[in-house]
Amino acid sequence: MITARNIKKSFGEKTVLFDISADFLPGKCNLIIGSSGSGKTVFQKCIVGLFTPDSGEVLYEDQNMHTMSTEERKKLRQEIGMLFQGSALFDSMTVEQNILFPLEMLTNEPQRKRLDRVNEVLEKVNLTGSNKKYPAELSGGMKKRVGIARAIVLNPRYLFCDEPNSGLDPQTSLLIDKLIKDITTEFNITTIVNTHDMNSVMEIGDHIIYMYQGYKEWEGNREEIIFSDNKRLNEFIFASEFLQDAKEQRMRDLRSKG
Amino acid sequence: MSIFTHLGRYMLTLKGMFARPENPKMYWREFMHQCVEIGIGSLPIVLIISAFLGAVMTVQTSYQLVSNLIPKSTIAVVVRDSLLLELSPTVISVVLAGVVGSKIASELGNMRISEQIDALEIMGINTKTYLIAPKILASLITVPMLISLSIIVAIWGGRVVGDLAGVIDTDSYDRGLREEFIPFNVTVAMTKAFVFAFLLSSVSAFFGYHVRGGAFEIGRSSTRAVVVSCILILLADYVLTLLMLNP
Repeated sequence: MITARNIKKSFGEKTVLFDISADFLPGKCNLIIGSSGSGKTVFQKCIVGLFTPDSGEVLYEDQNMHTMSTEERKKLRQEIGMLFQGSALFDSMTVEQNILFPLEMLTNEPQRKRLDRVNEVLEKVNLTGSNKKYPAELSGGMKKRVGIARAIVLNPRYLFCDEPNSGLDPQTSLLIDKLIKDITTEFNITTIVNTHDMNSVMEIGDHIIYMYQGYKEWEGNREEIIFSDNKRLNEFIFASEFLQDAKEQRMRDLRSKG
Repeated sequence: MSIFTHLGRYMLTLKGMFARPENPKMYWREFMHQCVEIGIGSLPIVLIISAFLGAVMTVQTSYQLVSNLIPKSTIAVVVRDSLLLELSPTVISVVLAGVVGSKIASELGNMRISEQIDALEIMGINTKTYLIAPKILASLITVPMLISLSIIVAIWGGRVVGDLAGVIDTDSYDRGLREEFIPFNVTVAMTKAFVFAFLLSSVSAFFGYHVRGGAFEIGRSSTRAVVVSCILILLADYVLTLLMLNP
Protein backbone atom coordinates (compact mmCIF):
# COMPACT_ATOMS: atom_id res chain seq x y z
CA MET A 1 0.00 0.00 0.00
CA ILE A 2 1.17 3.52 -0.78
CA THR A 3 0.36 6.12 1.85
CA ALA A 4 0.92 9.85 1.65
CA ARG A 5 0.83 11.71 4.96
CA ASN A 6 0.55 15.48 5.42
CA ILE A 7 2.34 16.36 2.19
CA LYS A 8 3.20 20.02 1.80
CA LYS A 9 5.09 21.44 -1.16
CA SER A 10 5.97 24.97 -2.16
CA PHE A 11 7.95 26.46 -5.01
CA GLY A 12 9.44 29.69 -3.75
CA GLU A 13 6.58 31.78 -2.39
CA LYS A 14 3.90 29.70 -4.07
CA THR A 15 2.46 26.81 -2.06
CA VAL A 16 1.15 24.07 -4.34
CA LEU A 17 0.18 21.34 -1.88
CA PHE A 18 -1.40 21.95 1.51
CA ASP A 19 -1.19 19.08 3.97
CA ILE A 20 -2.47 16.28 1.75
CA SER A 21 -2.93 12.77 3.10
CA ALA A 22 -4.20 9.78 1.16
CA ASP A 23 -4.09 5.98 1.05
CA PHE A 24 -3.87 4.34 -2.35
CA LEU A 25 -5.61 1.00 -2.60
CA PRO A 26 -3.33 -1.91 -3.56
CA GLY A 27 -4.18 -3.70 -6.79
CA LYS A 28 -6.68 -1.00 -7.79
CA CYS A 29 -6.90 2.01 -10.09
CA ASN A 30 -6.48 5.07 -7.89
CA LEU A 31 -7.35 8.32 -9.64
CA ILE A 32 -6.22 11.82 -8.70
CA ILE A 33 -8.54 14.26 -10.41
CA GLY A 34 -8.76 18.03 -10.46
CA SER A 35 -8.63 20.95 -12.81
CA SER A 36 -5.36 22.19 -14.32
CA GLY A 37 -3.14 23.80 -11.68
CA SER A 38 -4.80 21.96 -8.78
CA GLY A 39 -1.50 20.25 -7.86
CA LYS A 40 -2.16 16.72 -9.18
CA THR A 41 1.16 16.38 -11.01
CA VAL A 42 3.17 17.84 -8.13
CA PHE A 43 1.41 15.47 -5.71
CA GLN A 44 2.13 12.49 -7.95
CA LYS A 45 5.76 13.55 -8.41
CA CYS A 46 6.10 13.80 -4.61
CA ILE A 47 4.71 10.28 -4.25
CA VAL A 48 6.99 8.88 -6.91
CA GLY A 49 10.03 10.70 -5.49
CA LEU A 50 10.76 13.13 -8.31
CA PHE A 51 9.98 16.00 -5.93
CA THR A 52 10.87 16.03 -2.25
CA PRO A 53 7.98 17.35 -0.14
CA ASP A 54 8.71 20.24 2.23
CA SER A 55 7.06 18.20 4.97
CA GLY A 56 5.12 14.98 5.31
CA GLU A 57 5.99 11.44 4.32
CA VAL A 58 5.36 8.96 1.53
CA LEU A 59 5.23 5.35 2.65
CA TYR A 60 5.59 2.34 0.40
CA GLU A 61 4.58 -0.69 2.46
CA ASP A 62 5.32 1.38 5.59
CA GLN A 63 8.79 2.45 4.37
CA ASN A 64 9.35 6.18 4.02
CA MET A 65 10.60 6.85 0.51
CA HIS A 66 12.25 10.15 1.35
CA THR A 67 14.32 8.88 4.28
CA MET A 68 15.48 5.55 2.86
CA SER A 69 19.07 5.08 1.64
CA THR A 70 20.00 5.74 -2.00
CA GLU A 71 20.36 2.01 -2.65
CA GLU A 72 16.96 1.24 -1.07
CA ARG A 73 15.34 4.00 -3.09
CA LYS A 74 16.99 2.72 -6.26
CA LYS A 75 15.58 -0.74 -5.53
CA LEU A 76 12.12 0.67 -4.85
CA ARG A 77 12.19 2.69 -8.06
CA GLN A 78 12.82 -0.45 -10.01
CA GLU A 79 9.40 -1.58 -8.79
CA ILE A 80 7.80 1.57 -10.15
CA GLY A 81 6.68 2.16 -13.72
CA MET A 82 5.56 5.55 -14.92
CA LEU A 83 3.78 6.86 -17.98
CA PHE A 84 4.51 10.55 -18.44
CA GLN A 85 2.16 13.16 -19.85
CA GLY A 86 4.31 13.60 -22.97
CA SER A 87 5.25 9.88 -22.99
CA ALA A 88 8.95 10.79 -22.40
CA LEU A 89 10.20 8.27 -24.96
CA PHE A 90 13.88 8.49 -25.90
CA ASP A 91 13.75 10.21 -29.31
CA SER A 92 16.93 8.70 -30.68
CA MET A 93 15.86 5.12 -29.95
CA THR A 94 13.38 2.88 -31.74
CA VAL A 95 10.30 1.52 -29.98
CA GLU A 96 12.15 -1.73 -29.33
CA GLN A 97 15.23 0.05 -27.93
CA ASN A 98 13.02 2.23 -25.71
CA ILE A 99 11.38 -0.79 -24.12
CA LEU A 100 14.60 -2.80 -24.08
CA PHE A 101 16.47 -0.03 -22.26
CA PRO A 102 15.33 -0.77 -18.66
CA LEU A 103 15.81 -4.49 -19.27
CA GLU A 104 19.37 -3.98 -20.54
CA MET A 105 20.21 -1.54 -17.79
CA LEU A 106 18.73 -3.39 -14.84
CA THR A 107 18.59 -7.11 -15.60
CA ASN A 108 21.14 -9.79 -16.40
CA GLU A 109 18.89 -11.87 -18.63
CA PRO A 110 20.17 -13.08 -22.01
CA GLN A 111 19.36 -10.77 -24.93
CA ARG A 112 17.01 -13.33 -26.55
CA LYS A 113 14.89 -13.43 -23.41
CA ARG A 114 14.84 -9.63 -23.22
CA LEU A 115 13.65 -9.36 -26.81
CA ASP A 116 10.92 -11.91 -26.10
CA ARG A 117 9.79 -9.79 -23.18
CA VAL A 118 9.75 -6.67 -25.39
CA ASN A 119 7.56 -8.45 -27.93
CA GLU A 120 5.32 -9.72 -25.13
CA VAL A 121 4.62 -6.22 -23.78
CA LEU A 122 4.23 -4.81 -27.29
CA GLU A 123 1.58 -7.43 -27.90
CA LYS A 124 -0.07 -6.46 -24.60
CA VAL A 125 -0.41 -2.86 -25.78
CA ASN A 126 -1.45 -3.89 -29.31
CA LEU A 127 1.67 -2.63 -31.03
CA THR A 128 3.05 -5.86 -32.42
CA GLY A 129 5.37 -5.17 -35.35
CA SER A 130 6.17 -1.57 -34.38
CA ASN A 131 9.59 -2.55 -33.02
CA LYS A 132 11.69 -0.62 -35.51
CA LYS A 133 9.68 2.60 -35.59
CA TYR A 134 11.01 5.80 -34.02
CA PRO A 135 8.86 7.89 -31.63
CA ALA A 136 8.60 10.62 -34.28
CA GLU A 137 6.82 8.14 -36.56
CA LEU A 138 4.13 7.32 -33.98
CA SER A 139 0.76 8.92 -33.26
CA GLY A 140 -0.01 10.35 -29.80
CA GLY A 141 -1.96 7.24 -28.78
CA MET A 142 0.79 4.91 -29.99
CA LYS A 143 3.40 6.90 -28.05
CA LYS A 144 1.30 6.52 -24.89
CA ARG A 145 1.04 2.79 -25.48
CA VAL A 146 4.81 2.49 -25.97
CA GLY A 147 5.16 4.50 -22.74
CA ILE A 148 2.93 2.00 -20.98
CA ALA A 149 4.87 -0.92 -22.47
CA ARG A 150 8.14 0.56 -21.20
CA ALA A 151 6.59 1.21 -17.79
CA ILE A 152 5.41 -2.39 -17.33
CA VAL A 153 8.33 -4.23 -18.93
CA LEU A 154 10.04 -4.83 -15.57
CA ASN A 155 6.80 -6.12 -13.98
CA PRO A 156 6.39 -3.20 -11.58
CA ARG A 157 4.33 -3.34 -8.39
CA TYR A 158 3.27 0.28 -8.81
CA LEU A 159 2.21 2.07 -11.98
CA PHE A 160 1.90 5.85 -12.20
CA CYS A 161 0.23 7.56 -15.14
CA ASP A 162 0.27 11.33 -15.55
CA GLU A 163 -2.62 12.46 -17.73
CA PRO A 164 -2.60 9.37 -19.95
CA ASN A 165 -5.45 10.73 -22.11
CA SER A 166 -4.26 14.27 -22.68
CA GLY A 167 -4.26 15.20 -26.35
CA LEU A 168 -5.99 11.99 -27.44
CA ASP A 169 -9.32 11.54 -29.23
CA PRO A 170 -12.15 9.97 -27.16
CA GLN A 171 -11.85 6.57 -28.83
CA THR A 172 -8.10 6.31 -28.21
CA SER A 173 -8.63 7.59 -24.66
CA LEU A 174 -11.02 4.70 -24.04
CA LEU A 175 -8.45 2.24 -25.38
CA ILE A 176 -5.76 3.64 -23.08
CA ASP A 177 -8.14 3.52 -20.10
CA LYS A 178 -9.04 -0.08 -20.85
CA LEU A 179 -5.36 -0.96 -21.19
CA ILE A 180 -4.52 0.61 -17.83
CA LYS A 181 -7.44 -1.17 -16.18
CA ASP A 182 -6.54 -4.54 -17.74
CA ILE A 183 -2.89 -4.24 -16.72
CA THR A 184 -3.85 -3.25 -13.17
CA THR A 185 -6.17 -6.23 -12.80
CA GLU A 186 -4.06 -8.80 -14.63
CA PHE A 187 -0.78 -8.05 -12.85
CA ASN A 188 -2.33 -6.90 -9.55
CA ILE A 189 -0.51 -3.56 -9.78
CA THR A 190 -1.28 -0.54 -7.62
CA THR A 191 -2.03 2.11 -10.20
CA ILE A 192 -2.20 5.85 -9.60
CA VAL A 193 -3.56 7.92 -12.47
CA ASN A 194 -3.69 11.70 -12.74
CA THR A 195 -6.50 12.76 -14.99
CA HIS A 196 -9.23 15.25 -15.71
CA ASP A 197 -10.91 12.99 -18.21
CA MET A 198 -14.45 12.18 -17.07
CA ASN A 199 -14.62 8.91 -18.98
CA SER A 200 -11.57 7.68 -17.06
CA VAL A 201 -13.22 8.64 -13.77
CA MET A 202 -16.36 6.70 -14.52
CA GLU A 203 -14.70 3.74 -16.28
CA ILE A 204 -11.58 2.88 -14.29
CA GLY A 205 -11.72 4.85 -11.03
CA ASP A 206 -11.80 2.33 -8.17
CA HIS A 207 -10.68 5.00 -5.74
CA ILE A 208 -10.84 8.69 -6.55
CA ILE A 209 -9.23 11.71 -4.92
CA TYR A 210 -10.42 15.12 -6.02
CA MET A 211 -7.96 17.98 -5.58
CA TYR A 212 -8.87 21.63 -5.54
CA GLN A 213 -6.25 24.40 -5.43
CA GLY A 214 -3.71 22.26 -3.60
CA TYR A 215 -6.13 20.71 -1.09
CA LYS A 216 -7.72 17.30 -1.04
CA GLU A 217 -11.37 18.23 -1.49
CA TRP A 218 -13.07 14.85 -1.78
CA GLU A 219 -12.32 11.11 -1.71
CA GLY A 220 -14.47 8.15 -2.69
CA ASN A 221 -15.27 5.69 -5.48
CA ARG A 222 -16.98 6.10 -8.83
CA GLU A 223 -20.44 5.30 -7.47
CA GLU A 224 -20.11 7.68 -4.56
CA ILE A 225 -19.08 10.40 -6.97
CA ILE A 226 -22.52 10.22 -8.65
CA PHE A 227 -24.33 10.83 -5.39
CA SER A 228 -21.86 13.30 -3.94
CA ASP A 229 -23.27 16.70 -3.03
CA ASN A 230 -19.86 18.38 -3.00
CA LYS A 231 -20.51 21.52 -5.04
CA ARG A 232 -16.95 21.96 -6.35
CA LEU A 233 -16.69 18.31 -7.32
CA ASN A 234 -20.03 18.41 -9.13
CA GLU A 235 -19.07 21.59 -10.97
CA PHE A 236 -15.82 19.99 -12.04
CA ILE A 237 -17.08 16.55 -13.05
CA PHE A 238 -20.48 17.37 -14.45
CA ALA A 239 -19.60 20.69 -16.00
CA SER A 240 -21.88 20.56 -19.05
CA GLU A 241 -25.62 20.05 -19.36
CA PHE A 242 -24.93 16.85 -21.26
CA LEU A 243 -22.87 15.46 -18.40
CA GLN A 244 -25.53 16.55 -15.88
CA ASP A 245 -28.09 14.54 -17.84
CA ALA A 246 -25.71 11.58 -17.95
CA LYS A 247 -25.25 11.84 -14.19
CA GLU A 248 -29.00 11.83 -13.54
CA GLN A 249 -29.44 8.87 -15.86
CA ARG A 250 -26.66 7.00 -14.05
CA MET A 251 -28.25 7.86 -10.68
CA ARG A 252 -31.58 6.46 -11.85
CA ASP A 253 -29.89 3.30 -13.13
CA LEU A 254 -27.99 2.75 -9.87
CA ARG A 255 -31.12 3.39 -7.76
CA SER A 256 -33.19 1.00 -9.82
CA LYS A 257 -30.48 -1.64 -9.30
CA GLY A 258 -30.79 -0.95 -5.57
CA MET B 1 20.58 33.20 -8.40
CA SER B 2 24.03 34.25 -7.20
CA ILE B 3 27.27 33.01 -8.68
CA PHE B 4 27.91 31.05 -5.48
CA THR B 5 24.58 29.24 -5.80
CA HIS B 6 25.52 28.25 -9.36
CA LEU B 7 28.97 27.19 -8.23
CA GLY B 8 27.49 25.11 -5.39
CA ARG B 9 25.01 23.42 -7.73
CA TYR B 10 27.80 22.80 -10.24
CA MET B 11 29.94 21.11 -7.57
CA LEU B 12 26.96 19.04 -6.35
CA THR B 13 26.21 17.98 -9.93
CA LEU B 14 29.81 16.82 -10.35
CA LYS B 15 29.74 15.04 -6.99
CA GLY B 16 26.50 13.30 -8.00
CA MET B 17 28.28 11.67 -10.94
CA PHE B 18 30.35 9.46 -8.69
CA ALA B 19 28.09 6.48 -8.20
CA ARG B 20 28.33 2.81 -9.06
CA PRO B 21 27.01 2.19 -12.59
CA GLU B 22 23.92 -0.02 -12.72
CA ASN B 23 25.28 -1.88 -15.73
CA PRO B 24 28.89 -1.07 -16.75
CA LYS B 25 28.28 -2.45 -20.28
CA MET B 26 25.59 0.14 -20.93
CA TYR B 27 27.80 2.91 -19.57
CA TRP B 28 30.66 1.79 -21.81
CA ARG B 29 28.31 1.86 -24.80
CA GLU B 30 27.21 5.38 -23.90
CA PHE B 31 30.85 6.46 -23.42
CA MET B 32 31.81 5.10 -26.86
CA HIS B 33 28.77 6.79 -28.39
CA GLN B 34 29.86 10.10 -26.88
CA CYS B 35 33.45 9.58 -28.11
CA VAL B 36 32.10 9.21 -31.65
CA GLU B 37 29.71 12.17 -31.26
CA ILE B 38 32.30 14.52 -29.80
CA GLY B 39 35.46 13.23 -31.48
CA ILE B 40 34.40 12.17 -34.97
CA GLY B 41 31.54 14.69 -35.05
CA SER B 42 33.87 17.64 -34.51
CA LEU B 43 36.68 16.37 -36.72
CA PRO B 44 35.79 18.20 -39.99
CA ILE B 45 35.46 21.65 -38.39
CA VAL B 46 38.66 21.13 -36.37
CA LEU B 47 40.61 20.12 -39.48
CA ILE B 48 39.33 23.04 -41.56
CA ILE B 49 39.99 25.64 -38.85
CA SER B 50 43.43 24.20 -38.08
CA ALA B 51 44.60 24.22 -41.71
CA PHE B 52 43.61 27.90 -42.09
CA LEU B 53 45.01 28.76 -38.68
CA GLY B 54 48.46 27.45 -39.67
CA ALA B 55 48.30 29.05 -43.12
CA VAL B 56 47.35 32.51 -41.81
CA MET B 57 49.87 32.25 -38.98
CA THR B 58 52.71 31.52 -41.46
CA VAL B 59 51.86 34.40 -43.81
CA GLN B 60 51.40 36.87 -40.95
CA THR B 61 54.64 35.86 -39.23
CA SER B 62 56.60 36.31 -42.44
CA TYR B 63 54.94 39.73 -42.91
CA GLN B 64 56.15 40.79 -39.45
CA LEU B 65 59.67 39.34 -39.78
CA VAL B 66 60.91 41.57 -42.58
CA SER B 67 64.57 41.85 -41.58
CA ASN B 68 67.13 40.02 -43.70
CA LEU B 69 69.09 39.35 -40.52
CA ILE B 70 66.42 36.93 -39.31
CA PRO B 71 66.64 33.50 -40.97
CA LYS B 72 63.51 32.30 -42.78
CA SER B 73 63.34 29.21 -40.60
CA THR B 74 62.41 31.46 -37.68
CA ILE B 75 58.93 31.73 -39.22
CA ALA B 76 58.43 27.98 -38.64
CA VAL B 77 59.75 28.28 -35.07
CA VAL B 78 57.24 31.04 -34.28
CA VAL B 79 54.39 29.23 -36.01
CA ARG B 80 55.14 25.93 -34.23
CA ASP B 81 55.42 27.44 -30.74
CA SER B 82 52.42 29.74 -31.17
CA LEU B 83 50.25 26.87 -32.34
CA LEU B 84 51.51 24.53 -29.65
CA LEU B 85 51.34 26.88 -26.69
CA GLU B 86 48.30 28.96 -27.48
CA LEU B 87 46.45 28.89 -30.77
CA SER B 88 45.52 25.25 -31.21
CA PRO B 89 44.52 24.50 -27.59
CA THR B 90 42.64 27.75 -27.05
CA VAL B 91 41.06 28.44 -30.44
CA ILE B 92 40.01 24.83 -30.95
CA SER B 93 38.60 24.62 -27.41
CA VAL B 94 36.60 27.80 -27.92
CA VAL B 95 35.28 26.40 -31.20
CA LEU B 96 34.47 23.10 -29.46
CA ALA B 97 32.69 24.99 -26.68
CA GLY B 98 30.39 26.22 -29.43
CA VAL B 99 30.07 22.96 -31.34
CA VAL B 100 30.14 20.33 -28.58
CA GLY B 101 29.08 22.52 -25.64
CA SER B 102 25.88 23.75 -27.25
CA LYS B 103 25.08 20.21 -28.39
CA ILE B 104 25.53 18.79 -24.88
CA ALA B 105 23.49 21.60 -23.29
CA SER B 106 20.62 21.40 -25.76
CA GLU B 107 20.54 17.59 -25.73
CA LEU B 108 20.32 17.43 -21.94
CA GLY B 109 17.96 20.42 -21.84
CA ASN B 110 15.62 18.74 -24.29
CA MET B 111 15.75 15.52 -22.26
CA ARG B 112 14.92 17.48 -19.12
CA ILE B 113 11.99 19.38 -20.66
CA SER B 114 10.51 16.30 -22.31
CA GLU B 115 10.76 14.40 -18.97
CA GLN B 116 13.20 11.83 -20.37
CA ILE B 117 15.54 12.48 -17.44
CA ASP B 118 12.62 11.92 -15.05
CA ALA B 119 11.84 8.69 -16.88
CA LEU B 120 15.42 7.50 -16.28
CA GLU B 121 15.22 8.52 -12.60
CA ILE B 122 12.00 6.54 -12.20
CA MET B 123 13.75 3.46 -13.58
CA GLY B 124 16.24 3.83 -10.71
CA ILE B 125 19.10 5.03 -12.90
CA ASN B 126 21.51 7.68 -11.60
CA THR B 127 21.05 10.22 -14.39
CA LYS B 128 24.09 12.28 -13.47
CA THR B 129 26.31 9.22 -13.75
CA TYR B 130 24.65 7.94 -16.90
CA LEU B 131 24.15 11.19 -18.80
CA ILE B 132 26.92 13.54 -17.65
CA ALA B 133 29.92 11.35 -16.75
CA PRO B 134 30.28 9.68 -20.20
CA LYS B 135 30.17 13.10 -21.87
CA ILE B 136 32.93 14.50 -19.64
CA LEU B 137 35.07 11.37 -19.95
CA ALA B 138 34.62 11.28 -23.72
CA SER B 139 35.65 14.94 -23.89
CA LEU B 140 38.71 14.28 -21.75
CA ILE B 141 39.78 11.59 -24.21
CA THR B 142 38.79 13.09 -27.56
CA VAL B 143 39.44 16.84 -27.11
CA PRO B 144 43.20 16.39 -26.42
CA MET B 145 43.28 14.07 -29.47
CA LEU B 146 41.55 16.71 -31.58
CA ILE B 147 43.94 19.37 -30.34
CA SER B 148 46.97 17.17 -31.10
CA LEU B 149 45.60 16.62 -34.58
CA SER B 150 44.90 20.33 -34.89
CA ILE B 151 48.55 21.16 -34.11
CA ILE B 152 49.78 18.73 -36.76
CA VAL B 153 47.30 19.93 -39.42
CA ALA B 154 47.98 23.60 -38.64
CA ILE B 155 51.74 23.10 -38.96
CA TRP B 156 51.17 21.23 -42.24
CA GLY B 157 48.82 24.02 -43.44
CA GLY B 158 51.51 26.59 -42.72
CA ARG B 159 54.09 24.52 -44.61
CA VAL B 160 51.90 24.14 -47.72
CA VAL B 161 50.75 27.76 -47.83
CA GLY B 162 54.22 29.10 -46.97
CA ASP B 163 55.60 27.30 -50.00
CA LEU B 164 52.71 28.17 -52.34
CA ALA B 165 52.77 31.84 -51.39
CA GLY B 166 56.56 31.97 -51.74
CA VAL B 167 56.93 33.02 -48.12
CA ILE B 168 59.16 30.17 -46.98
CA ASP B 169 60.40 27.10 -48.81
CA THR B 170 59.64 23.67 -47.34
CA ASP B 171 63.29 22.92 -46.45
CA SER B 172 63.61 26.08 -44.33
CA TYR B 173 60.20 25.38 -42.78
CA ASP B 174 61.16 21.81 -41.86
CA ARG B 175 64.48 23.01 -40.45
CA GLY B 176 62.68 25.65 -38.42
CA LEU B 177 60.30 23.06 -36.96
CA ARG B 178 63.27 21.20 -35.48
CA GLU B 179 65.09 24.28 -34.18
CA GLU B 180 64.99 25.09 -30.46
CA PHE B 181 62.20 22.65 -29.80
CA ILE B 182 61.24 22.47 -26.12
CA PRO B 183 59.38 19.21 -25.31
CA PHE B 184 57.79 20.86 -22.25
CA ASN B 185 55.65 22.91 -24.65
CA VAL B 186 53.83 19.73 -25.57
CA THR B 187 53.09 19.15 -21.88
CA VAL B 188 51.70 22.69 -21.65
CA ALA B 189 49.51 22.11 -24.72
CA MET B 190 48.15 18.82 -23.39
CA THR B 191 47.54 20.22 -19.89
CA LYS B 192 45.54 23.04 -21.45
CA ALA B 193 43.67 20.55 -23.64
CA PHE B 194 42.61 18.42 -20.64
CA VAL B 195 41.55 21.40 -18.53
CA PHE B 196 39.61 23.01 -21.40
CA ALA B 197 37.97 19.68 -22.27
CA PHE B 198 36.75 19.30 -18.70
CA LEU B 199 35.48 22.87 -18.55
CA LEU B 200 33.61 22.88 -21.83
CA SER B 201 31.90 19.53 -21.23
CA SER B 202 31.06 19.89 -17.53
CA VAL B 203 29.81 23.48 -17.76
CA SER B 204 27.62 22.67 -20.78
CA ALA B 205 26.26 19.54 -19.11
CA PHE B 206 25.49 21.54 -15.97
CA PHE B 207 23.51 24.17 -17.85
CA GLY B 208 21.64 21.57 -19.89
CA TYR B 209 20.85 19.28 -16.97
CA HIS B 210 19.31 22.05 -14.87
CA VAL B 211 17.07 23.64 -17.52
CA ARG B 212 13.59 24.59 -16.35
CA GLY B 213 10.84 25.78 -18.67
CA GLY B 214 10.44 25.17 -22.39
CA ALA B 215 12.06 25.53 -25.81
CA PHE B 216 13.02 29.14 -25.15
CA GLU B 217 14.94 28.16 -22.00
CA ILE B 218 16.77 25.36 -23.86
CA GLY B 219 18.09 27.92 -26.35
CA ARG B 220 19.01 30.33 -23.59
CA SER B 221 20.81 27.70 -21.51
CA SER B 222 22.66 26.51 -24.61
CA THR B 223 23.88 30.06 -25.31
CA ARG B 224 24.78 30.56 -21.67
CA ALA B 225 26.71 27.28 -21.65
CA VAL B 226 28.81 28.41 -24.62
CA VAL B 227 29.44 31.90 -23.21
CA VAL B 228 30.39 30.68 -19.73
CA SER B 229 32.57 27.87 -21.16
CA CYS B 230 34.44 30.34 -23.40
CA ILE B 231 35.04 32.77 -20.55
CA LEU B 232 36.24 29.98 -18.25
CA ILE B 233 38.50 28.57 -20.99
CA LEU B 234 40.14 31.99 -21.47
CA LEU B 235 40.47 32.44 -17.72
CA ALA B 236 41.97 28.97 -17.30
CA ASP B 237 44.29 29.70 -20.24
CA TYR B 238 45.63 32.75 -18.46
CA VAL B 239 46.06 30.92 -15.13
CA LEU B 240 47.77 27.90 -16.73
CA THR B 241 50.09 30.11 -18.76
CA LEU B 242 51.04 31.99 -15.61
CA LEU B 243 51.61 28.79 -13.68
CA MET B 244 53.47 26.83 -16.34
CA LEU B 245 55.34 29.41 -18.40
CA ASN B 246 56.12 32.19 -15.95
CA PRO B 247 59.93 32.12 -15.56
